[in-house]
Amino acid sequence: MVGANTIQSMYEDMVTARYYEERLQEVYLEGKQPAFDISAGTIPGELHLAAGHEAAAAGVCAHLRDEDTVTAPHRPHHVAIAKGVDLPRMTAEILGRETGLCKGKGGHMHLFDPDVNFACSGIIAQGCPPAVGAAMAAQKRNEDSVAVAYLGEGAVDQGAFLESLNLAALHDLPVVFVVEDNDWAISMPVERVTDVENTAERADGFDMPGVRVDHDDAVAVYEAARDAVGRARDGNGPTLLDVQVHRRMGHFMGDAEGYRPDEDQERAQRLDAIERLADDLREHGVDDAELNEIRETAEERVEDAIEWARDQPEPAPEDAYENVFVDGTAAASGGED
Amino acid sequence: MSKPASDPGTGGADRELTMSRAMVDAVAAEMRASDDVFYMGEDVQDYGGIFDSTEGLLEEFGRDRIMDVPISETAYVGAAVGAAQAGMRPIAEIMFADFVGVCLDQVYNQMAKNTYMSGGAVNVPMVLTTAVGGTYNDAAQHSQTLYGLFAHLPGMKVVVPSTAYDAKGLMHAAIRDDDPVVYMFHKRLMGIGWMPAPEGPKTPVPEEDYTIPLGEADMKREGSDVTVVTLGLHVHRALEAAEELAGDVDVEVIDLRTLVPFDTETVVDSVEKTGRLVVVDEDYQSFGVTGEVTARVAERALGSLEAVERVALPDVPVPYSRPLENEVNPGADDIVAAIESIK
Ligand SMILES: Cc1ncc(C[n+]2csc(CCOP(=O)(O)OP(=O)(O)O)c2C)c(N)n1
Repeated sequence: MVGANTIQSMYEDMVTARYYEERLQEVYLEGKQPAFDISAGTIPGELHLAAGHEAAAAGVCAHLRDEDTVTAPHRPHHVAIAKGVDLPRMTAEILGRETGLCKGKGGHMHLFDPDVNFACSGIIAQGCPPAVGAAMAAQKRNEDSVAVAYLGEGAVDQGAFLESLNLAALHDLPVVFVVEDNDWAISMPVERVTDVENTAERADGFDMPGVRVDHDDAVAVYEAARDAVGRARDGNGPTLLDVQVHRRMGHFMGDAEGYRPDEDQERAQRLDAIERLADDLREHGVDDAELNEIRETAEERVEDAIEWARDQPEPAPEDAYENVFVDGTAAASGGED
Repeated sequence: MSKPASDPGTGGADRELTMSRAMVDAVAAEMRASDDVFYMGEDVQDYGGIFDSTEGLLEEFGRDRIMDVPISETAYVGAAVGAAQAGMRPIAEIMFADFVGVCLDQVYNQMAKNTYMSGGAVNVPMVLTTAVGGTYNDAAQHSQTLYGLFAHLPGMKVVVPSTAYDAKGLMHAAIRDDDPVVYMFHKRLMGIGWMPAPEGPKTPVPEEDYTIPLGEADMKREGSDVTVVTLGLHVHRALEAAEELAGDVDVEVIDLRTLVPFDTETVVDSVEKTGRLVVVDEDYQSFGVTGEVTARVAERALGSLEAVERVALPDVPVPYSRPLENEVNPGADDIVAAIESIK
């Protein structure tokens, strides 16, 4: 059984993440209409939104503490929110502001919040090895923290993932690999790129438990993750968790999804893990007024973060030369003319 | 194909193409001419390549020859190496040059070295296509050109088209070449709807096949005061700078077009005339293209060389935020300043 408080707290994370993505979508399009120019507007560059992925974030991160490490891929916001990343500073980073998590140097694919041990990377599957390393550090120091590496189902064909599974299994490292299976890697449906039907089975080859959660039900994810995170924390080694999610938006902003059958997108809209969880809460006696209040609080939090971020200054051009090295050593040709 | 022939020399001015269309034009022609040519990459089928590098090819050639691949660069780039050694002419695409990190071994230890290590017993006639460059705030892992990295590692030819005309001719040459050729196309030049190109890359492109020999730089603009040597997107920025200075400084602009083999003669001849050299590059400054060009000129024309300026990315990863990326990615204004500082 999963208690009402737990469900409610997952629901809060999920509605926050959903609303966040919906608002970022709007902010991203500011300055990009009528003509879509990727380098224009309030948020330039690529933007990968995670609407429809929330259950995988909330269900796993519900078991994590600040000292546990999470690495996320190019689609990171929902995981960051569930892990407790500072929302205003994350938003400022996405808007390229000086007070952003990374002083405007990282942007939305490269968010780092050491206060809650969160990081993400834009290169497919490359968050897996660092997660293994965080787990290694915990094991060597006899700490009971764990590491979680998130990746898409398209990323499981990448060497960095498969090598990480082996290394983690070999040393019984406290790490959980969470695959967010949204059926698509940009325009490539999963069946076009692998004959393995069930990603969880890949764990077999590494003598590691693999668990498939085949509907994006946050409670089911929560239960599977309880075992996986518990196993890791107890020193019993890694688990591969494969969670079905749905991509409710294009791969990135500007993706018209011409390659995607309408039924598939419709199905993603229909199967909404957030509504499913709302039903669960109703069964626990939470009424619609209370659900509304949760949503309104989440929306306010997001609006506050966006408003704060908009007010933040942009970095000064010369800040570009800082942080190449910790000790302030100038880049080889940095800043000189 | 019953299209009328036009003269490559005059540019067959009947049609203007974007760089991506011109590149696809050459790939399609080579695929029609030989079943040995096929294309592998992520999102190259229904999507037509994220940067339109394969737009329209699926319809004509089908899924066996225009192949979507798993996100397994090591496997499919390496498979291209093997297929090339087996006598085919594969084209493998790494979506962004930045991603070469995950498959670098197949590129620099296999593709680039097998010909030499085998004493010429085998060769690797493949093309590695990849998108390069910044200017649209995609940050440190999606904005590099890495020109210098590829050119530094011996055994692969490296081409960087800056116009549609060159894109087609260089692609024909690359596919026909018996060595591995890395074909680096700048995203900003492709003519993609969502990333507007500057004036310049869209040019008349003849219908029929033609090659641009690898190792021939292109004199974009003749001038007598300062030589600007560059490539890719920055050819257009250099031309803009030259235009701005016209009447004040007479600027010569050379588009390298290929880094390997390198057209030393065109560059040296120019510096012998102008005495002043500005090298502009969107790659990191140190240990790269700007240093190499300068060294070649110094070796052969030190006596003529009165002044040198380098304009390149100042050895920092590409930052995300607009003012930061603008600071590090050389603009036409930076090129103007460099020219003025030594004129
Ligand atoms: C090594 C590497 N290859 C290719 C890419 C380009 N790329 C970015 S996201 C993506 C698809 C990822 O699909 P998946 O892992 O299923 O995650 P999703 O985007 O569906 O969440 C690709 C191919 C990359 N970032 N890194």
